[in-house]
Amino acid sequence: MKLHEYQAKGLFRDCGVSVPDGIVAETVDEAVDAARRLEDENDATLFIVKAQIHAGGRGKGGGVKLAHSVEEVREHADDILGMDLVTHQTGAEGQTVRTILVTEGVDIEQEYYLGVTLDREKSMNAIMVSTEGGVDIETVAEESPEKIQRVWVDPSIGLQPFQARQLAFAMGLEGDAFKQAVSSIRSLYQAFEETDSTLAEINPLVQTPDGEIEAVDAKVNLDDNALFRHPDLEEMRDLHEEDPMEVKAGEHGLSYIKLDGNVGCMVNGAGLAMATMDIIKLAGGEPANFLDVGGAASAETVEAGFRIILEDPNVDAVLLNIFGGIVRCDRVAQGVLEAAKNIDISVPLIVRLQGTNAVEGKRLLDESDLSLRSAVVLKEAADEVTAALGEA
Amino acid sequence: MSILVDDDTRVVVQGFTGSEGTFHAKQMIDYGTNVVAGVTPGKGGQTHLDRPVYNTVAEAVEQENANTSIIFVPPPFAADAIQESADAGAEVIICITEGIPVADMKPTYHYVRKKGAHLIGPNCPGVITPGAAKVGIMPAMIFEPGSVGIISRSGTLTYEAVDQITRAGFGQSTAVGIGGDPVIGTRFIDALELFEDDPDTDGVVLIGEIGGADEQEAARYIQDHMDTPVFGFIAGRTAPPGRRMGHAGAIVSGGSGTAEAKFEALDEAGATVVKNPALIGETVKETL
Repeated sequence: MKLHEYQAKGLFRDCGVSVPDGIVAETVDEAVDAARRLEDENDATLFIVKAQIHAGGRGKGGGVKLAHSVEEVREHADDILGMDLVTHQTGAEGQTVRTILVTEGVDIEQEYYLGVTLDREKSMNAIMVSTEGGVDIETVAEESPEKIQRVWVDPSIGLQPFQARQLAFAMGLEGDAFKQAVSSIRSLYQAFEETDSTLAEINPLVQTPDGEIEAVDAKVNLDDNALFRHPDLEEMRDLHEEDPMEVKAGEHGLSYIKLDGNVGCMVNGAGLAMATMDIIKLAGGEPANFLDVGGAASAETVEAGFRIILEDPNVDAVLLNIFGGIVRCDRVAQGVLEAAKNIDISVPLIVRLQGTNAVEGKRLLDESDLSLRSAVVLKEAADEVTAALGEA
Repeated sequence: MSILVDDDTRVVVQGFTGSEGTFHAKQMIDYGTNVVAGVTPGKGGQTHLDRPVYNTVAEAVEQENANTSIIFVPPPFAADAIQESADAGAEVIICITEGIPVADMKPTYHYVRKKGAHLIGPNCPGVITPGAAKVGIMPAMIFEPGSVGIISRSGTLTYEAVDQITRAGFGQSTAVGIGGDPVIGTRFIDALELFEDDPDTDGVVLIGEIGGADEQEAARYIQDHMDTPVFGFIAGRTAPPGRRMGHAGAIVSGGSGTAEAKFEALDEAGATVVKNPALIGETVKETL
């Protein structure tokens, strides 16, 4: 689960990371009030108005603006609130901005990157710093990997002070700024651990001309598997940031991702679902979605799956691919027949059932008056997809 | 021969009396797996499926000489169950549970390694040596005893590959579902090493997917250490970037999570790359 910048900053601040003061606003008036408060309480003369969406690249898309007066904050807030912000992560339609963060501006002497994540190869957390702050860290990793320094945290002893010092020295800091950076690193790691994050990132972490270390941006991804022990964090979920069809699918226990192709698919198991998408491409189509029905391919889930797939007007054919283990294929076939009674499946349907009771399942489908193409082995299913697309 | 499980495997089922544990323990017993005991804390002394129930894994090991555990414990308690097995001296620990927090698995992974046990999973279908022992949840009827080893990150895609290989006239020495989580006990390289040392495995089918860099790690191992032929398929060539793999996960592995990068690594390492998932069986048949 992703969090907004303002939510991540709140978590980091609670653990002791120094974050510039900021106030969240959902209307222009609230943004103006926020700026006035920062002016009165902090003597702020410089403000940043920041769109709160989950995608990265907000600045380049026009979602982050500098303001030198309360009046300028009003203008920027008016521009940004309600805009469809397009970044390299949103897709062409963009993401509607419903919330902005108004923060006190910070003078920047030097920008750094600081992040914590899991290193899968070592099964340990890695903390990374780079002197190339404010830049996409993946770009740094590709173009100048020597500019990234990392330490790995042994889970049996946790982060040690010497490791935080190593990183702060690698940032080239000294004096009070060095001490502040060590403290920021330890605080960020504490936030990562306490929230069961899979990613906690400050980019940029800045040094001001006065030698202060501040987190100007913040990003957190939470481990969905650990949300059961963080009800407070689960409440931070913003459904506006998620695809409504994906949310709807989730309510039915389906894992769905919308794609741009013309052949819909419904599969049990994530690996087989990806392989089915690959097969559709090899058969001359393009996958319209990823859809894993999970372990329980019942009549209800199959029907819900069809409804979601068929809501996409680009779909010319649908491939149902089930490898029955615990799931019995005759049950799935009955589910398909029941679902077909309730919804109008107006595109060619290819059903491939294999595994437990596959023969019985195929017989049920073949004997019904439902118009579909059935297959047993994967290659036949692929050929049927090609044939269906040829007729479409 | 085979790897990880065989005729000498003596299984203790953790989460034995729950519905999942009961269902699959029964299936394993029907297959002929030597299930010697179950563990459910607080139910020690009872009998379930004609097997004794113990409060702790240590008792099951001591009383019944269990050497392998399979875990059907709910996610919040599963990492603890793995640690208990390792502490009790189980040699092979197979964790079926899906949804364990990553933070729980990191210390658990290192603890199991220190104890010298093999952890398979979590979030996996288990391990089967056809004709000898099924310690998992896979549908038994698609497997045949034979000489092809299978290693896979996925569940149903493993069944797909096994089914094709069986139809092509080959059986399996052992099939290992290593699991799809970011922290897993046995990675591709670990299973490859076991298969390379198994004289009865004549070929290995490796089924990977997008994300992480385990397949590249496997490719390096294949190139440097393996004489046994390896066939590789990677699921997710058509998957959209950025949806499954975390942004910072990509940086640690150097941006190598795509299917194309993994296919390329396997190809360069001398593995036979299968780009069409419908042709896994045929490709094995043509080569072996």
